[in-house]
Amino acid sequence: MPPALPLSTSRLLLERMLLIRAYEEKIIAFHEAGPFPHVCTSVGQEAAAAGVVSALAPQDQILTNHRSAGHLLARGADPGRMLAEVMGRSTGYCKGKSGTLHISAKELGVILTSTIVGGELSLATGAALSREMLGGDGIVACFFGDGAACEGIFHESLNLASIWNLPVLYVCENNQWQAYVHRKETMVGDHIAPRAAGYGIEALTVDGNDVEAVFEAATAAVAQVRATRRPFLLEATTYRQRGHMEPHDQSYVDPAEIAEWRAKDPIDRQKARLLAQGGLEEADLARLEARIRRDIDEAADFAAASPFPDPAELATEVYA
Amino acid sequence: MPLLTVNEAIGQAIAEEMRRDSRVLIFGEGTATKHPELVSEFGSARVRNTPLAEGIIAGTAAGAAATGLRPIVDLLFAPFLCFAMDELVNSAGKLRYMSGGQFAFPMVALAMTGGGWTVGAQHNHNLEAWFVHSPGLKVVMPSTPADFKGLMQAAIRDENPVLFFVDLALAFVPGEVPEGDVLVPLGQAAIRREGSDVTLVSYAKTVHTCLQAAETLAEEGISAEVLDLRTLKPLDTESILRSVRKTGRLVVVHEAAAPCGVGAEVAALVAAEAFADLKAPVVRITGPDAPAPSSYPLEQAFIPQPDAISAAARRLVALGLPVSAPGSAG
Repeated sequence: MPPALPLSTSRLLLERMLLIRAYEEKIIAFHEAGPFPHVCTSVGQEAAAAGVVSALAPQDQILTNHRSAGHLLARGADPGRMLAEVMGRSTGYCKGKSGTLHISAKELGVILTSTIVGGELSLATGAALSREMLGGDGIVACFFGDGAACEGIFHESLNLASIWNLPVLYVCENNQWQAYVHRKETMVGDHIAPRAAGYGIEALTVDGNDVEAVFEAATAAVAQVRATRRPFLLEATTYRQRGHMEPHDQSYVDPAEIAEWRAKDPIDRQKARLLAQGGLEEADLARLEARIRRDIDEAADFAAASPFPDPAELATEVYA
Repeated sequence: MPLLTVNEAIGQAIAEEMRRDSRVLIFGEGTATKHPELVSEFGSARVRNTPLAEGIIAGTAAGAAATGLRPIVDLLFAPFLCFAMDELVNSAGKLRYMSGGQFAFPMVALAMTGGGWTVGAQHNHNLEAWFVHSPGLKVVMPSTPADFKGLMQAAIRDENPVLFFVDLALAFVPGEVPEGDVLVPLGQAAIRREGSDVTLVSYAKTVHTCLQAAETLAEEGISAEVLDLRTLKPLDTESILRSVRKTGRLVVVHEAAAPCGVGAEVAALVAAEAFADLKAPVVRITGPDAPAPSSYPLEQAFIPQPDAISAAARRLVALGLPVSAPGSAG
């Protein structure tokens, strides 16, 4: 089958996924070595992050949630400043005041990260209203999960974005797990996308573990939102390969389910695709992975060597 | 000077600020319907009706405030704020700090509360102290039409989220309101009546109740000073302490319940900073720790009355006599 995307794009998507995986694995390694701040990793969900974020333009904004490393890294965030934030250091994106779960990087357009499940859905309409009223063709991409889609605010957000014609690309990473509960126990239906029709919003479900499929669907969705100034809901069906947070526990997960989804790992699939297409040699891949691991090691060294915030900053930046 | 009701004063402030700054917009449940004059002057993009959905109204305001607009949202009745707590407290109040100062939330959330309309506890809940207890927010609760205008103008120009409470009983009371800018700085109390024997600290409609009590006390030769807090956060601690150091006696009055209320904060401040100046214990006259009733006589019993305030002041002045227990209303 001929490649659907330019080789450079296919490689870039793989590279971004490898970076995300290496970053998350570094956090897992920290946890295996000893006490470390809790982190919700996105292992297994890299294709949704890399595929959608790579389809956005610089003037677009991203709102994300507690499982946000992929969105930040795909947008070009510095893993050193991210790890510094996780470790509560002053060199972090939020000067150590966010910690792992709430990293915002305004300079990259990753804004208002909220770990209140559904919080990002309530803020995205406001960010999109600003885009509409202040001019330009920017749009807002809002990442949330199937858990957030069970919050009331999901429905309030879609209703308002539709009735006000707001340029929001809703991106649901349906990763099958809502913290410690399988979505089958708590959610009607297998998918989120059909709910959009109730609000007059177009929606599409895509294989969220196929990064090229995600990228192509997102590219079309972004173009549509940009042109029509109307919301769109893109659902990426994917899987959280780890427990809810690190240190990780999956004792409550059926091992057969984990095995089934590991076999559909988005990075393995993209590697296999590129190798089969001849777009990548094993040796290239090994060099690429070694470079990314080195970068992440350096990022971790930077973070670990960074100072903690001065206690004098405890109550600063509460008010503007 | 023109006479305006509180509602008219708020409307004038909003119109003047929208004229001054194109980033200011207002939305809420019925906002456009109730303000056709704003719609015709500023257009339907800046004056919007919303669904009856407080969470998304407040969240949209917070998201818009952080990205360049200056929204005012009308959430109608204070108990409805319960549906918007995440957006107000977790987003607008915290995300500036949590982002290391990357965002600011210049927004105003309007809500009505207070007894006088017999609307019952799901439309009347003096919950202003909840927001005083939440970092990153400012809280305003004025008592005069001129202050409603001046504080609204200041709130709209402030870079922080401001909870702006309208005491229902004051909404249609007329008063003198200057035209043009009448900015009242946030965090500044006002002395409504000077006195030397006892300080009555209050805010919103009970400021007027305190003034009535002060009138009665004056006839008895007791000189009461009435301090209107106006802003509950930031609290004007200097004005409170200055007055109490002068009088040595303090009665704090509000319709909200006593436990962990603004009166508790004022009493603790005075205990910590002006203990040596106190000639008598601090007394609170508040609404009871009960949902607001609807029946008219019950509601009147719920609201602090002038007699309870003057009685408390009288007891403090006549040292050695017992004072009323916290939480008792008139």
